[in-house]
Amino acid sequence: MLEIRWHGRGGQGVVTAAEILATAVVNEGKYAQAFAAFGPERRGAPVLAFTRINDNEILLRTQIYEPDIVVVLDKSLCNDNGVGRGLKKNGIAVVNTSSSPEVLLNIFPNASKIATVDATRIAIEKLGVPVTNTAILGALIRATRIVKIETIENVLKEKFKGVLAEKNFNAVKEAYERTLIFDRGGLL
Amino acid sequence: MKRVALSGNYAVAYAVKMADVDVIAAYPITPQTPIVEKLSEFVADGLLDAEYINVESEHSALSACIGSSLTGARTFTATSSQGLAYMHEVLFMASSLRTSIVMANVNRALSHPLNIWNDHSDAMAERDVGWIQFWVNSVQEAFDATIQAFKIAEEVLLPVMINLDGFILSHINEVLILPDEELVREFIPSKPLFNRLSPKLAYTIGVVGPPEYYYEMRYQIIDAIERSRKNINEVNREFGELFGRTYGNISTYMMEDADYALITMGAVSSTAKIVVDSLRKEGEKVGLISIRCFRPFPKNDIIEVFEDVKSIGVLDRALTPGGIGHPLFTEIVTTLYDSSKIIPVQSFVGGLGGRDITIDDFKQMYKIIKDVGLSGRRKPCIYIGLRE
Repeated sequence: MLEIRWHGRGGQGVVTAAEILATAVVNEGKYAQAFAAFGPERRGAPVLAFTRINDNEILLRTQIYEPDIVVVLDKSLCNDNGVGRGLKKNGIAVVNTSSSPEVLLNIFPNASKIATVDATRIAIEKLGVPVTNTAILGALIRATRIVKIETIENVLKEKFKGVLAEKNFNAVKEAYERTLIFDRGGLL
Repeated sequence: MKRVALSGNYAVAYAVKMADVDVIAAYPITPQTPIVEKLSEFVADGLLDAEYINVESEHSALSACIGSSLTGARTFTATSSQGLAYMHEVLFMASSLRTSIVMANVNRALSHPLNIWNDHSDAMAERDVGWIQFWVNSVQEAFDATIQAFKIAEEVLLPVMINLDGFILSHINEVLILPDEELVREFIPSKPLFNRLSPKLAYTIGVVGPPEYYYEMRYQIIDAIERSRKNINEVNREFGELFGRTYGNISTYMMEDADYALITMGAVSSTAKIVVDSLRKEGEKVGLISIRCFRPFPKNDIIEVFEDVKSIGVLDRALTPGGIGHPLFTEIVTTLYDSSKIIPVQSFVGGLGGRDITIDDFKQMYKIIKDVGLSGRRKPCIYIGLRE
């Protein structure tokens, strides 16, 4: 089982990102769960979402306390070290930032691999708005190869209509290309 | 048939659409669910030919449903927490008037303090209103129970409430096998239902029931819900034939040779199975019972699986302050009394207001159940995860 914790802010599409990934996993024939830690929703407030991935049916229905992967959609959340909490040894961190991955080693001391991408800039370029959820998916796939990028494309086509699906997939592709990876040689 | 990733909310909405309902009446604002939001989309997009009535409160939503159901229309509504509480007096009328309303209730806590998260306070406060109550463990079960509910409600003329845990099931996206719509129609054909309100026939419904009549009218519910046991089993069997999945009134896990059993209801049962697996690997003979049909309460199914159990734990996710025991505990103890078996039953409460029930919490419960079995003495109710 692979457990992912997503950190973002209300309005960035954190929950949608967790759902798009889960749908892609299910479409590839595996099992997945996507859910959020719901609170009083408001724009800009920190939001937590989760994705579980497994080859067999998933029975576990607790929150995720020790994720294999942490994805951060908003760099400012890294100021609070909570984003690294519980990350398994040899885990992976994927962060939306213009900095290089090495800079984040102190925040994710357990990570064997850290991937960074300037998802905000890509989102503004490709979508015209700083909604970073689809761009960060590109970086996540680059760092982990959890699903095929074509599967994500198909999910986007189902989820968004017409040109919006295309724009979002462009963001995914662009982020996939521009992702920087610092690899210490872990399990994944 | 399609294998998709869908939330519990949308699974119920798709089931209602495939059931080809005629009327949906719902209060659209908090604590409403995306179930009726999705249904309103289906209606607006012309995918579902139904009357969608936006009303000004849950009290009115259920009142509109009563009128609708009495005309023979297939009728659905959904609510949650305070919304269900606000329906309270109308819930009695819906069963006494022998309607066939199907309602999805997304289980959430009741105020105060204000809390939008999951527990079973809302439905447990309505256990005596004369509705059939199902509790589901997965998104798939939520879909399947909704389909079954229409058939049961229309056969026995009693309303059915499907309880799905708020957020844990309502807002999780997971695998759902979505059957073909034709198969669902074959299972529950759209036919004219029992119709008591019609412009062609002058009739008064909902009149005063003086002492000479009230008692007998209320007794009808006892009679109907007792008889519904047969329909529930039969509908489940037919469902299995068409869809290849069946659900008992209870589901059991590793109970065949279990010494120690935990009884749960709703989504947490799924997590408990993982703990059973891990304790079995350590050689502990533990098992799990999950109650799917809470009303009518499946007494005989439960007695059967208790054959050689040494002790039982019951996890309640709602409170009965000042009572002898919390709601599910009380049912189980009463069941045992009727079975003439003497087995110690330990009461647990957990997961109120959305507090997570973790793997460690379940391990702790099983350890206590074993201790109670060995000593033969139960302890006062243990509040799992409560900070002191």
